[in-house]
Amino acid sequence: MSIDLSQFHAVFFEESFEGLDVMENALLELQPENPDSELINSIFRSAHSIKGGSGTFGFISISEFTHILETLLDKIREGEEQLDVDSVELFLQSVDCMRTMLEALQAETEPDTTRADQLAIMFQSILTGASAAEAKGLDVPATGASPVIQESVLPGSDSIPDSLAGFHIEFTPEADMLKGGNDPVRMMRELATLGELTSTPDTGALPTLRDMQPDVVYLNWCMDLHGDMPLEDVQEVFEWVEGECDLSISRLGGSADSAPEVMPSNVAEAVDHAPDGTSTAATKTKADEQESAKPIPDAPKTASPAKPAPAPAARAGKAESSSIRVGIDKVDSLINLVGELVITQSMLGQMGGSGEVITDDHIGNLREGLVQLEQNTRELQDSVMRIRMLPISFAFNRFPRMVRDLSLQLGKKVRLELRGEQTELDKTVMEKINDPLVHLVRNAMDHGIESPNVRADQGKDETGTIVLNAFHQGGNIIIEMIDDGGGIDADKLVAKARANGIVGDNEQLNQEQKLDLLFAPGLSTVEQVSDLSGRGVGMDVVRRNIQELNGSVDIDTELGKGTTFRIRLPLTLAILDGQLVTVAGQTYIFPLMSISESLQIDEKLVNNVAGGGDVYNLRDEYIPILSLDSIFGLRTEPLSYDQSLLVVVEAEGMKVSVVVDDLMAQQQVVIKSLEDNYTRVPGVSGATILGDGTVAMILDVAGLIGLAGNQKTMAAGEIAGSAA
Amino acid sequence: MDNVQQDKVPAVAAQAASMVDTINQEGFQDLQQFLTFVMEGEEYGIDILNVQEIRGWDNVAPIPNAPAHVSGVINLRGAIVPVIDLRVMFAFNEARYDENTVVIVLKVESQRVNRIMGVVVDAVSDVFSLSEEDKRPPPNVNQNISQNYINGLTEVKGKMVILLDCEKLLDIENH
Repeated sequence: MSIDLSQFHAVFFEESFEGLDVMENALLELQPENPDSELINSIFRSAHSIKGGSGTFGFISISEFTHILETLLDKIREGEEQLDVDSVELFLQSVDCMRTMLEALQAETEPDTTRADQLAIMFQSILTGASAAEAKGLDVPATGASPVIQESVLPGSDSIPDSLAGFHIEFTPEADMLKGGNDPVRMMRELATLGELTSTPDTGALPTLRDMQPDVVYLNWCMDLHGDMPLEDVQEVFEWVEGECDLSISRLGGSADSAPEVMPSNVAEAVDHAPDGTSTAATKTKADEQESAKPIPDAPKTASPAKPAPAPAARAGKAESSSIRVGIDKVDSLINLVGELVITQSMLGQMGGSGEVITDDHIGNLREGLVQLEQNTRELQDSVMRIRMLPISFAFNRFPRMVRDLSLQLGKKVRLELRGEQTELDKTVMEKINDPLVHLVRNAMDHGIESPNVRADQGKDETGTIVLNAFHQGGNIIIEMIDDGGGIDADKLVAKARANGIVGDNEQLNQEQKLDLLFAPGLSTVEQVSDLSGRGVGMDVVRRNIQELNGSVDIDTELGKGTTFRIRLPLTLAILDGQLVTVAGQTYIFPLMSISESLQIDEKLVNNVAGGGDVYNLRDEYIPILSLDSIFGLRTEPLSYDQSLLVVVEAEGMKVSVVVDDLMAQQQVVIKSLEDNYTRVPGVSGATILGDGTVAMILDVAGLIGLAGNQKTMAAGEIAGSAA
Repeated sequence: MDNVQQDKVPAVAAQAASMVDTINQEGFQDLQQFLTFVMEGEEYGIDILNVQEIRGWDNVAPIPNAPAHVSGVINLRGAIVPVIDLRVMFAFNEARYDENTVVIVLKVESQRVNRIMGVVVDAVSDVFSLSEEDKRPPPNVNQNISQNYINGLTEVKGKMVILLDCEKLLDIENH
C-alpha cells in the first residue's frame, strides 16, 4: 500500500513558506546582544518542521541544508554558541536561499544548491569555531580561495580517523507503527544514505500468509551502518517513531561511546567541499583564515544584490492558483447561517403548502418570513465574503525585511511602523496591492527619507520613520504610507514636466494637478537614477494597478516635513457600488467611485469644438461630452440634449461627461466576468445580473475615454481623406 | 459449494467477453450522436456531447461593438453566456424570432476553446447516431466563411444533414 505523497506537496509548500516567514520575522526582531530565547525557539521550531516535511517528501537538498541550520540554532539555544549581527544576517540569507529552493521545487524544477552549499560551508565554519564575521569572508564560490579554511578545525578537537566506524542498530517497531504513517522501509532508505547499510530482518514473529494483516509490522531488524556520521543523524531517522519502537544504537567496534560527536562530520563535509583536501594537519590558525578571506572582500557585496532578482520572478509564476486558510470560526458562522436559512425556508414552505384559504394572518406571516429571509441572505453574503478576507499583515509583513535591507544598502536610518495590521481585505485585492505598496515604500526610502547627516542638519531625528497604516472607512479600506522625509517639491515636478513636454509652457496647474504629475509616465525628479527608483516608470504603474482595482490614490506632502500616500480600495472585487443608467433602452452601470456628479444639461453651456466633439462648460471648466450611442453604436439619430442627463466621470486623471437617457437606482452589483465565455470588450469591465434576471454591462470609464479618442482620430482621418 | 461457484466464474467471463466482442464488431463504440436543428429549411447537426441544454428564446443584453452575429449575452443561472445567431453568421436573411426559435447552449472544453455559448436556431428537430464511415467531407465549392465551420455532410432518412464543428463555432476570436 503506497500513498501518493505528492497530494500533500501543496500543503507542505504552504506551511514551509509560512515557516520561513515566521523565521524571517523572528530574526528581524531578534536582538543579537540580548537574544530572546522564545524567539530562538520559534525559529528553531520552524526550521525543524521544514526539515521534517522536506525529509518526508524526499526534498533532500532542503532537509540537508535545514539540518545544518538547526544544528547551529540548537547550539545557540543551549548557549554554546553566541549570536551576533553577522550570524543573524547569515540566517536571513539562508531563509532567502531556502525560499528560492522551495520555489524551485514547487515549480517542479531542480533547486540550485550552489548558494545553499556556500551558506552551508559558512555555517560549518561557525560550528567549527570561527565567528560569523570570519565565516562571511567565505561567501565565495566553493572553488575559490577557501580550501585552507575548510580544513581549520577547532584546536584540540582531534580528528578521528574512524573511517570504518559506524553504528549497530537494533530496531523493533511496534506492531501498529504503520498505522501512524511511519514506514520502516523509508527509514532504512534514509539510513542507507548516511553510510553503508547491512540489515538482517528477524522473521521469527511472522505469521502464516492467511493470518497476516497488511497494516501490522511483524518484523524487527538488526542493522550495521558503516561510515562516518554523527549519532544525531542516526537518531534523527528514528525521531518520529521514538515512542513506537524499541531502539538501541551502539557504536561499532567496541566502546559504545554515546557522546554526540559533531566534529567528525564537520571534518568530513569540509573536506568534501575542499577540492584539494591534502593537508590533514588541521591545525591552521585563525590568522590564516582571515588572511585567506581578505583577497576577496568584495565578493559578499556583489553576491547579495544579485540574489533577490530570481526570487520575485519565481513567485510571480505560481501566484494565481493558490489556496486560502480560513479560520474555523468563519466556517462555523457560515454553517450557523445556513442552518438559519434552512429553518426560514421550511417555515415559508409550510406557509405556502398549507392549502388553506389565505387570510390576512397568512400574509402577515409571509411578510415576516420574507424579512427574515432577506436578513439571512445578507448575513450569508457577508460571511461568504469574509472567507476571502485576510488581515493586511500578510501584505505588511514583508516590509520589515525590505526596509532593513534597503536602509543598509542606502546608508539611511529608517524605522518602520506598522499599524492596523489586523484590518481585513479581500485576498485578490491584497495580492494586487502588494507591488504598488512595495514601490511606494522603496520610493519613500530612496527619495523621501534623507540621509542621516542631512536630517541632523535640519534638526530632525537621524532615524527616519515610515508608517504603514490600514483602516476601514465605509465600504473601503484605506492604506496610508507616511514618511517624514523631505516631501515632494511640486514646482520641481512642474519644471521637469514642462521640460519633458508633458505640461505645456502656458498651462497653469493647481497644487493637486501638480502632484498628479508624479504619476505621469516618464517623469522622475531625482537627478541620479539609482538602482531602486528614479527611472520614472513605476509611479504610473502604481496608479494604474490601483485603478484596476477600482481604487484611487491621493498625495499629501509638505516640503521638509514628509509625504503621505493614501490608497483607497474597495474591500472586495466581487461587489461594486454602481449607478444604474439607461441608454437606448439598455441598462448600463457606472462604478459609483468614478462618478463625480450628475446634472441636467443646460443646452446653452454645450459648445462644439472645431467639429471634433462637444464640450460642456461646467463651472468654467470645459469637459468633453461622450455619447454611448456613438461609442457603442447604439442609435444613429442625433442626440437631443434637452431629454438627456449628463454624468460627469473621472478616470486616469481625466474628466469627461457621458450623456445618458435616465438615471436609475444606485445599488450594489455582483461583478461577473464577460471573458469567461466571451472575449474582453473595450469600454466594458464586466457584466452583472439585475434583480429581474436581465444582464447589464458595467462600464469601464478609462476604456470609454480610450474608445472615444480612437473614434475621433478615425473620424478625423476620414475627413482628411475625403478632403484630399 | 465453493467449487461449484468457482466453476461458474470462467463461464460467465467468457460470456461477457463475447458480448464485448459483439459490441465492438457492431461498432457501437464508434457511434457518435448528433442533435439536428433547422435553419432556412436546411438541417444541421452538432455533436450531442457539446449540447448542455436547449432553451427558449429570451431577450439578450447587447454587447457593445460586437460583430453582428453576436446577439448579446444572457443570464444562464448566474453565468454570463454570449449568444450568437447562426442565421446572421451564415449570412441568411435577417434573423426573426418566434415561438419556435430556440437557443442551444453549447459547451466546449478543449485546449483552444473553453467556454459556454448559446446559438440561436430556427427549431431543433431530431437526434441520430452516426459512425465515422457515414461522414462525407464538406464540398469545396466556394470560399464562403461559413464553410470553415462545417465538419462534414451526411444523409439521414434521405435528407442531407450538415455537420458543424462546435469548437470552431465557439472560437469567437477567430470568427
